[in-house]
Amino acid sequence: MDRRKFLKVSSVSLGAGALYTMAPLLTGNAEGAELARLLGGQNGERPAPFRMFQLSDTHVGWDGALGTTAFERAVDVVNGLAPAPDLVLFTGDLTHDTEKPGEHADRMRRFQEIAGRLKVPKVYQVPGEHDAGLDGGELYRNVFGPTFYSFDHKGFHFIALDNVSRARPEVGPEQRAWLAKDLARFPRSAPIVVFTHRPLFDLRPDWEWFTRDGDEVMNLLAPYENVTILYGHIHREHERTIGNARLFAARSLCFAFPDPQGVADKKAIPFDKAEPFKNLGIRQVQASPGRKGATVDVTEVSLDARELSGTEGFNQLLKNPSL
Amino acid sequence: MHSQVRLTAVVLIVLAAGFTTGASRVRAAEDPRVITITAKRFEFSPKEITLTLGETVKLQLTSEDVTHGFFMMPLGIDEEIVPGKTTEVVVTPRTAGRYTTICDHFCGAGHGSMKMTIIVEQGVPAGGAGH
Repeated sequence: MDRRKFLKVSSVSLGAGALYTMAPLLTGNAEGAELARLLGGQNGERPAPFRMFQLSDTHVGWDGALGTTAFERAVDVVNGLAPAPDLVLFTGDLTHDTEKPGEHADRMRRFQEIAGRLKVPKVYQVPGEHDAGLDGGELYRNVFGPTFYSFDHKGFHFIALDNVSRARPEVGPEQRAWLAKDLARFPRSAPIVVFTHRPLFDLRPDWEWFTRDGDEVMNLLAPYENVTILYGHIHREHERTIGNARLFAARSLCFAFPDPQGVADKKAIPFDKAEPFKNLGIRQVQASPGRKGATVDVTEVSLDARELSGTEGFNQLLKNPSL
Repeated sequence: MHSQVRLTAVVLIVLAAGFTTGASRVRAAEDPRVITITAKRFEFSPKEITLTLGETVKLQLTSEDVTHGFFMMPLGIDEEIVPGKTTEVVVTPRTAGRYTTICDHFCGAGHGSMKMTIIVEQGVPAGGAGH
């Protein structure tokens, strides 16, 4: 059965973030049973459908018109969903960097305070270059923990990859070796979700939208039949398929960049008071469980603030940052 | 007699000019044009340089503050500029066009806008024949 028949892509103005609905392997064969045992071994969870959200590029501390308003609204939107998603993943640039002593740590704590309002069981994150590029990730590790790691959830294996801490856009040989070892534990049918900050392919190298050893990372993932890669950094939605892997970029929660096709300069799209959340948000996926294999469907979710459009609406928005 | 001396002198001058030109050609091929580029947060200086298609040039890269990257995929340029030392890159562009070179070593809040333009034009390389 063609897995793509389960893919439905639609734009829904529900709020913020990208909603992913995951449906793991539901077959009863021996490989499925072994995979379920392996993935459930760590935490006792059995394969089961679930939903998750991706939020990205919140840049807490960035001196823009919205501040953390879009981020806070995204949290409120996620919290308003019923049932609540199982997971929220943040794909980097949680904060905007600063060299004022103590200020960057304050921004990380502010991020944690806002993200801490999420009423979901699990929240994970990876750094962006603005979080970890200047100090090799030292402050990030002190506040958030490891910059790369893996975990399992209801039949899916999640891998957090760090392609920012080495200052240049790369994962690096040590982390690639860890990735190879981590992947080797799983059969090729295991559903894999990778979340990272920069694109793992040459989307627009002259805008630094690439990872230097992205090909090597993709080669490690190539044998696996069901790979979903989530990333941020580019501040706009994007979708690409490379072999068995589907790669999705999320919009940011501060400002947007233009379409890289046919545009010479990477200039932020100007803020529009009439539509304060225009171009912010990410995609939502409608899922359909399948018996032939796990399915991952991604759908666009934009921040809808019609009631807050126009000058008056924008003024109200700024008065009530916790909307 | 005088005309023979003059003819001989002319021939000798012409021959000398030819040897000189030939020696200049040899020196031009061995010593590529040097272009100095300086990096600092968050700009390259100069912001734009022009090269000639097929001309070999040597870029001498220095940093005034922190480590920067110097990256341009189409011309195969991929260097790190470490403060306190000069990084040399020898380039012979094979394709004309305008190319953006970026800093790909994160250097702070303005890193994303740190770039310069390398223009590669068709034309006769500097130090051509007969000059």
